[in-house]
Amino acid sequence: MTALGGEVSGPLEDPGGRAVPAAPGPLPPPDPVVLRLEHVSKSYGAVRALDDVSFEARRGEVVGLVGDNGAGKSTMVKVIAGTTLAEAGTLSVEGVERRWASPQAALSAGIETVFQDGGLAAPLSVAANLFLGREVFRSNWLGRLGFLDRAKMERETELALSHIGMTRVSPRAAVARLSGGQRQAVAVARAVIWGRKILILDEPTNHLGVTEVAEVLRLVEDVRRRGICVLFISHTLPYVIEVSDRIVTMRLGRIVSQYAASQVTTDQLVSDMTGSTRGGVK
Amino acid sequence: MKGITAARPVLGKYAQEVLLGGTLIALVIVFSVFGPGFLSQINITGIGQSATETGLLAIAETYVIVTGGIDLSVGAILGLAGVVGAKVMALRFGGGVDLAIAAGIVAALLTGAAAGLANGLMVVKTRLTPFVATLAMLGIAGGLTLVLTDGLTVGGTPGVVATLGNQVYLGYLTIPIIITIVAFMIGAMYLHYSRFGRWAFAIGANRNAASEVGIPVGRHLIKVYVLAGTISALAGVIDLMRLGTASPLSGENSELTAIAAVVIGGASLFGGVATMTGTVLGTLLLSVVLSGLVLTGLQPFWETVVTGALIAGTVAIQQLLRSGR
Repeated sequence: MTALGGEVSGPLEDPGGRAVPAAPGPLPPPDPVVLRLEHVSKSYGAVRALDDVSFEARRGEVVGLVGDNGAGKSTMVKVIAGTTLAEAGTLSVEGVERRWASPQAALSAGIETVFQDGGLAAPLSVAANLFLGREVFRSNWLGRLGFLDRAKMERETELALSHIGMTRVSPRAAVARLSGGQRQAVAVARAVIWGRKILILDEPTNHLGVTEVAEVLRLVEDVRRRGICVLFISHTLPYVIEVSDRIVTMRLGRIVSQYAASQVTTDQLVSDMTGSTRGGVK
Repeated sequence: MKGITAARPVLGKYAQEVLLGGTLIALVIVFSVFGPGFLSQINITGIGQSATETGLLAIAETYVIVTGGIDLSVGAILGLAGVVGAKVMALRFGGGVDLAIAAGIVAALLTGAAAGLANGLMVVKTRLTPFVATLAMLGIAGGLTLVLTDGLTVGGTPGVVATLGNQVYLGYLTIPIIITIVAFMIGAMYLHYSRFGRWAFAIGANRNAASEVGIPVGRHLIKVYVLAGTISALAGVIDLMRLGTASPLSGENSELTAIAAVVIGGASLFGGVATMTGTVLGTLLLSVVLSGLVLTGLQPFWETVVTGALIAGTVAIQQLLRSGR
C-alpha cells in the first residue's frame, strides 16, 4: 500500500479497497446521505451569511451549489470544511454529528476542499503540495527525527497524477513555474486523490482553458464513480448543469431552490439567484 | 542584464548560489592581492571566528524569514543570553568548573528559548506583526542586559572557557567555528529535508493554504521563534567562549548583519523562499568583506557602505534571475 492508499503499480482503489475498473461501467444509483446540515446559521457581525440552512448530500452524488456573490456559498463551504464554526445548527457526516475543532478534523473525517485561491504553496514542488499536511516520514531512525521520504512522495505523486491523466506535470516542478491552469489542476488533483467521503470544489474551473475544464469535469465524474460525494460550486452555470445530479441555489444566506440538473435551465437558475422568482423544489 | 538572465538556463536552479559563490571567490582574489596576509592561516581563522556570530544569527533569521516573519531581537537575545551565561558560570558552584560551564550554557540557552517563546506568543496570540513584536523584544532584552550588568562587562568565568573558544585545531578550526559549521549543517538538513522546515516554507508561501490542509500554523510559528531564540542564545555562548567575558554591547546591531546575510543569500522577505546554502554564502561574503576592508587599510566604516551595496546588487540580480527577463 502506498501513502495514497493504493498499490504502487496497480489501479486506484475505492474507499472499500476494491479496485476501480479502468473502463467506466453503469452508474450506481446515489447511496444514502453522507453529509447533512440542519438549521445552520452563521453571521459576520451584522451580516447573516447563513440563515437557517438545511442541506443534505448523498454518497456518489454531485451537488452543484450556485448563487450570486454574498449568497452564502463560501460560508457554507467553510462550515463544512472546518475553517469556520457555525453559530447554530448541526453538521453530520455519515449520520454522526460533528463539530470541527479545526480544518484538520474535517480532513481526517474525509472531507477535501479546493478553495478559491487554490490552496497551494507556490515555491514548493508539486509533490510537496500534494502531500502538504500529510507528509511521509522516512522509515528508519531519520524518520523519528522528522526527516521526510521525498523520493517516495515524488514517486507516489507521479503515479497518482498519471492515474488521473495528468502526465505532463513533473512532481518535482515548483508550482510557481506552472501555468495558472496547471496550478488549478494540481489543486483539484490533490483533493481528488485524497478525497474519501466528500469533495468540495469551490470555483474549480477558474483560470482554466477549455481542455483543462474538460479534464476537471472528467475528474469529477471519476470521483463520483468512486462513490464520493462532490459539492461543485461555480459561477459558470453550464458547467454546473453538465456535471451535477442536483443543483441547489442560494440567495442572501438561504437555500431558495433545488432542481434535478437534467430539468433546469440557466435562466431558471439565474432567476432564483437574483430573486426574480420565488424558486421551487423539484 | 542579458548575461545575468542567460545564466539561469545554463546554471539551472542553482544559478543564485553559483553567482554568489563566484562573487565570494572574486572578492577573496581581490583582497588577497591588495591585502597583505589575507590568505594567512591567522586571518582565515579570524574570518571564521568573526563569522560565527553572524552565521548563527543568520541561521535563526533564515527560519523566521522563511515563515514570512522577521526577528529584530536576535542580537539583543545574543547579548542577554551571553550575560546570563557568564553570570551563572561565575557562580562556580563550589569549585565545580565543569558544572559551572554546563549550567551557564543551559541557562543561556533557556534564556534564548524563553525570549523566543515570548516573541512567538506575541506574534501568534496578540497578533502583533513580527516586526513590532521582535522590536519590542529587542528593547526588552537589551534593557534587561543593561539591568543585569549595570552597563559593565561581566567577567569571572572559568579561564578554560576562553581557552576552549580560541584554541586552534588543524591549523584553522576553533570550537566556535566547528559548532557553527555543525549548526549550519543541521540547520540546512532540517530546513530542507524535514517536516518542520517544509511547514515553515508552506506557512511563508501561503498561510491560508497551510491552515486549510491542517498545518497548526500558530503552534508551528511559536516553535520557529523559540528555535530562533535558542540559536541566538547559542551565538551568545559562542561569543562568551571567544571573548571570555560578556559585554552588554554584544550583539548590538548584529540583527541587521544577520538579516543582510540571509537576504544576500537569496531569501525573500515575503516568505517561502530561502536556502541555507545561500545563507552560508551571504555570511561568508559579509565576513570576507569586513576582513578585506581592514587588511586593505580602508576605514572600517566602509563596511556598512559595502554591505548596503552588496544587498542592493545581489537582490537585484536575484530578482532578474527569478523573473527570467
